[in-house]
Amino acid sequence: MNVALDRMDQVYRGAYTFSNSPAAIRRFPLPFPDDKYMYSVNLEPHTPGPKGSVIEFPIDCDEHYVAECHDRAIVIQQDPLRIQALPHMMPAQWDTLELGMLSLSQSYPHWFTLTRQGRQWHWINRPLGLNQKFTFGDPSTLPYEPLEYITRQLQGDWIIMDQRDNDLWVEGGMVTGPADWSMDFDVGMSFNEWHGPVPLGHEMGVFNRALKYLINLRLGEPVRRTNWTMTVNPKLDTSPHNYPEWGPDRASVTLENVGRKLHLRTELQGLWRLPRSNGIVFMVRTYLLSLQELVTIPKWARRVHRVLRDLHPALVDYKGLTRHRPLAVQYLAQFDDGSPTTPGTAPE
Amino acid sequence: MSSSHSDTIPVRVAAIESVTSQIKRFTLEPLRGELPAFSGGSHIIVVMRGQDRVYRNPYSLMSSPQELENYQISVLRCDPSRGGSAFMHEQVRVGTELEIAHPVNLFALAKLARKQLLLAGGIGITPFMAQLHDLRLTRVPYELHYATRSPQHGAYCESLARAEPERVHLYHDCDRHFIDIEGLLSRQPLGTHVYVCGPAGMISRVLDTARALGWPESHVHYEKFAAPPTGEAFDVYLQKSGISVHVPADRSLLEAIEEAGVDAPYLCRGGVCGFCRTDVVGLDGEILHNDHFLSAEEKASGKVIMPCVSRARCRKLALNL
Repeated sequence: MNVALDRMDQVYRGAYTFSNSPAAIRRFPLPFPDDKYMYSVNLEPHTPGPKGSVIEFPIDCDEHYVAECHDRAIVIQQDPLRIQALPHMMPAQWDTLELGMLSLSQSYPHWFTLTRQGRQWHWINRPLGLNQKFTFGDPSTLPYEPLEYITRQLQGDWIIMDQRDNDLWVEGGMVTGPADWSMDFDVGMSFNEWHGPVPLGHEMGVFNRALKYLINLRLGEPVRRTNWTMTVNPKLDTSPHNYPEWGPDRASVTLENVGRKLHLRTELQGLWRLPRSNGIVFMVRTYLLSLQELVTIPKWARRVHRVLRDLHPALVDYKGLTRHRPLAVQYLAQFDDGSPTTPGTAPE
Repeated sequence: MSSSHSDTIPVRVAAIESVTSQIKRFTLEPLRGELPAFSGGSHIIVVMRGQDRVYRNPYSLMSSPQELENYQISVLRCDPSRGGSAFMHEQVRVGTELEIAHPVNLFALAKLARKQLLLAGGIGITPFMAQLHDLRLTRVPYELHYATRSPQHGAYCESLARAEPERVHLYHDCDRHFIDIEGLLSRQPLGTHVYVCGPAGMISRVLDTARALGWPESHVHYEKFAAPPTGEAFDVYLQKSGISVHVPADRSLLEAIEEAGVDAPYLCRGGVCGFCRTDVVGLDGEILHNDHFLSAEEKASGKVIMPCVSRARCRKLALNL
């Protein structure tokens, strides 16, 4: 991992100083393997990917790590209900803490160190300046409950699910960077209730197939998929709670500023079976890329132009793209000479 | 989507104890590192490499989920054995190296239960041994009712009764002392979950009684690992692989497919989880369904099969594999 944590002064709000380095642009997880897009159960084993890619390690830590953790702290301070867990989810909270600490310390030993002697654990997080000794299994030895403690130090949203009655129940999570959904509203829902608002997928049987697959998810064999939407301004926290904050931005997009303002938003989603609770943890890691950053990769400019131009109307509406899709298509058209794109999502 | 198991964990047999004349307890320790954490009710698949074939049998983990230096399993010697349990009893010694798959829990405790009622028959005690460790950490009341043929047949009777005399109730057939299933299920408080693991007859009695008394399905849990039954030999054609495979009388369909080098999906290998469900694309006889997963309609349709336990009586079966 050669990416430095040197972009810690960037902000995902106010002046929106967030941007990607050329290296971060090239490792952006483009969610379109083809020039057209439709839902699918696009799950695959979450096995290590190419060096330097966002899937090199189970949990990716990139140049935005510190900035994103700061943004999360601001959101929780303003709205403590962004972190919730029902009482029976305590074992799943510890499982998630273990997953996070083991993964970070093994992937990035120069930043994170975990020392364990039985239940006595010692955690060092150098980028955030944390040094914590605690007893695994005893919440009173941590400054927060285990899920909050670890997810304040992880990028992406983290949702924990209980498995019972052949279903998965969303019964805890840290959600400060949602693409317009609410943990507080969804907590306690079953898998199909949770996905209720998604168009087309139910008719296609996507959710029942995904549920069946996830119920059999195995320990040590996590899976991943990508999802995507678009966001005006580099804002992680596009939650329904504060729509008044980000909603009006949607009217601010013009052909002149669309390249700077409109961001492709990829969710790298990971799912792990949790060992002690037999639950599942669901990672939703968000990557933002402005259109002007996107077009520095000619293949991606052509592909995203074609995807957006031909997108199914129901998806345009559900993803909240109705207003600015024409501008995005118009902007990207200048970078699409009609030549074919190579298969796969690699930059070229 | 991958269907194959990516990793097995190499382990060494650290101890073997004879618990009864038919049951041995094996302690398995990792060759390196530590074993994965798990929840009570989980099983592992033990991969045994015999001289001319590979056995893969599921066994419940019975050791404490809080102790990960080793795992413990109990193996009942089946008579007649299809090979796996005999291999464990006769070939495996202290120091033998085996492979295991990561734990899978198809018999998990419900976390929202107000009371947990555990019913064990014979070797069916093993998943509960691990669950008792989990239950001791909760504030939820629980009871174990454990039936065996005689005290000599009852693995772990004494140690369980000694540890928690007020919660563990023992029954022995030889004393004509049986679990009063109807009485027990009719006087449980609302919110109780019942779990049963044991012989097929005991499981059906509990399921039937619970249904008759109006228990919600969601509160009744059972684990019934069917050993793959032996039967007549038959041939199977794997359409995607383009090969024919002979299934001998003493091999399961899944085992024969694996021995032919085709990677078929599986999880429990006991007809419970549904993971190996495979489409039938041709059949000139009948399928002998031995699983507990497919619905009666699916079984009657002749269009799907669970190769881990089911067979066919036919000249030719063709599968979408």
